[in-house]
Amino acid sequence: MTQADLLGADPVPDVEAPTRRRKRPLAAVPYVIIGVYLLAAIIGPLLIDYDPVRTEVTERLLPPGSQTSTGTAWLGTDAVGRDMLAQIVYGARTSFIIGIAVVGVCGTVGVALGALAGYLRGLSDAVVSRLIDILMAFPGILLAIIIAGILGRGMHVVIIALSVGGWVGFARLSRSITMSTRERDWVDAARIMGVSKPATLARHIVPFLAGSVIALATIELASAILAEAALSFLGLGLPPDVVSWGQSIANGREYLETAWWITVFPGIALTILVISIGLAGDRLTRRYTRKRD
Amino acid sequence: MTYYLVKRLAIGLLTIWGVVTAVFVVIRFAPGDQATVALGPDATVEQVEALRHSLGLDRPLLVQYFSYLGDVAALDFGESYRYGRPAMQAVLERFPATVTLTLTATVIALIAGLLLGVLAGQRPGSLLDRAVSTFTLGLQAVPPFWVGIMFILVFALQFRMLPSAGGGSPAHLVLPAVTLSIPFTALVARISRSGIAEAMGEAYVQTARSKGLTERSVLSGHVLKNSLIPVVTVVGLQLGNLLGGAVVIETVFAWPGLGSLLVSAVGNRDFAVVQAATVLIALCVIVLNLTADIVNAKLDPRIRLEAPR
Repeated sequence: MTQADLLGADPVPDVEAPTRRRKRPLAAVPYVIIGVYLLAAIIGPLLIDYDPVRTEVTERLLPPGSQTSTGTAWLGTDAVGRDMLAQIVYGARTSFIIGIAVVGVCGTVGVALGALAGYLRGLSDAVVSRLIDILMAFPGILLAIIIAGILGRGMHVVIIALSVGGWVGFARLSRSITMSTRERDWVDAARIMGVSKPATLARHIVPFLAGSVIALATIELASAILAEAALSFLGLGLPPDVVSWGQSIANGREYLETAWWITVFPGIALTILVISIGLAGDRLTRRYTRKRD
Repeated sequence: MTYYLVKRLAIGLLTIWGVVTAVFVVIRFAPGDQATVALGPDATVEQVEALRHSLGLDRPLLVQYFSYLGDVAALDFGESYRYGRPAMQAVLERFPATVTLTLTATVIALIAGLLLGVLAGQRPGSLLDRAVSTFTLGLQAVPPFWVGIMFILVFALQFRMLPSAGGGSPAHLVLPAVTLSIPFTALVARISRSGIAEAMGEAYVQTARSKGLTERSVLSGHVLKNSLIPVVTVVGLQLGNLLGGAVVIETVFAWPGLGSLLVSAVGNRDFAVVQAATVLIALCVIVLNLTADIVNAKLDPRIRLEAPR
């Protein structure tokens, strides 16, 4: 489930192909779960009314299933009387927005730099490779903590903080696939026919990156969501009026003994989503990994 | 070997320069003036100007940058305004606690991970294999900081077996170290499982079996040795992430290490401490990666740390 798996994994043996066609009803579970989360993130906020800054002192720390003025709090309420279920639904939206934005930025930048470095070689490869070396040697979450902590608050700050180190995986993957693809016959043929370098790269090389990049993007989505939660848990990055699972988990820490549900439910929501995305990513990785030199 | 070491050292220096520059740039982009933040809202304009001058903030940016680089080269990060003493001193004081935590977590991850890897890899495709593999997948995906809080809830608050926060005794170490080791246990388990599963099908394993060796000595004498190499490679590469993870976990357990210091320094805008801690962590990662490479070359004579081609 790391990029190392994608770069180093063995090719799928052909023998496995027929077994995969056999019906495995459980195989769809992660996709269904991701779908449910996405749906909740998209239409949930339209159905559930939630104001992150509204407080209701009489309804604070209510256990799951309690009655409140606005209905039943199925997952309880937090220290200022806000509904936990609503927080989880709104938190899902935050997680997806940030996760998808980070993967979008990292994927675009990483694939562009990696493909250019692998195709042009020479100076551009040297520059990109050293940049990769530098970023690989420093833990990404630490970089994100420093950037988000110092730059202030906002969704864009979190996206920038997580993207600064996140493109490296995409660049490494694209660079290595490009380097092997550019030696293939059809690339030579294109060159002989006088196809320009940009067109060769765009039409004859980049399409071969798609599968592996999608597999890596899935894995990176899971880690971006985890990293965002960790940042919000530390109280860095997101402004207080943006609902986030990490923030809810942190808010509940003071009330662990009396109101465990504030911390437990957002954590479960986060864990199930990350496991599902991870399972989907693993499957995509197995499908798209091939041996590279 | 010499070529290799020189190259790695060059990359290491480059990394430290990159990290130092990145932190410098980020701090200049930070909203709010350092001197204003340090002095608080009651300071007069003259006071702020005086501090700006003594911090060198009124000089041109490039001059600031180069004098800063010079200071970093001399490992002088200036005074921490919060602790009132040299930042590097404050950082080094917290360093042993972080080393203890990460080392313990590494040992736990290696032992537990290899155990899981052996259980799963011995009979690839068996029920046990699938059970262990699913379990490790779960371990890898679960958010460590949240698991840490769950540990506090269960072992500290419910059963009152272990302290929930702080440092100082071995009992304080248990929960943070186990929490920190979780993703790495999963990683070690996954890699050793695939290594062992692959080795189990090799001809030399068949030879060892046909010599009449017990399954146990086949495993320990032939299979494990060969499947350890990728484990060392990956663990070496991941040690940096272990330090990154420690930053978050230390905050969860109020462990008095470098990570919790860094997080609070970021919050307090104590930039001297942020810079000192960052450089120290970058140094650690570089040294650890280099060590892992050398250990790897010692384990596997096929790996030669030499010039390519």
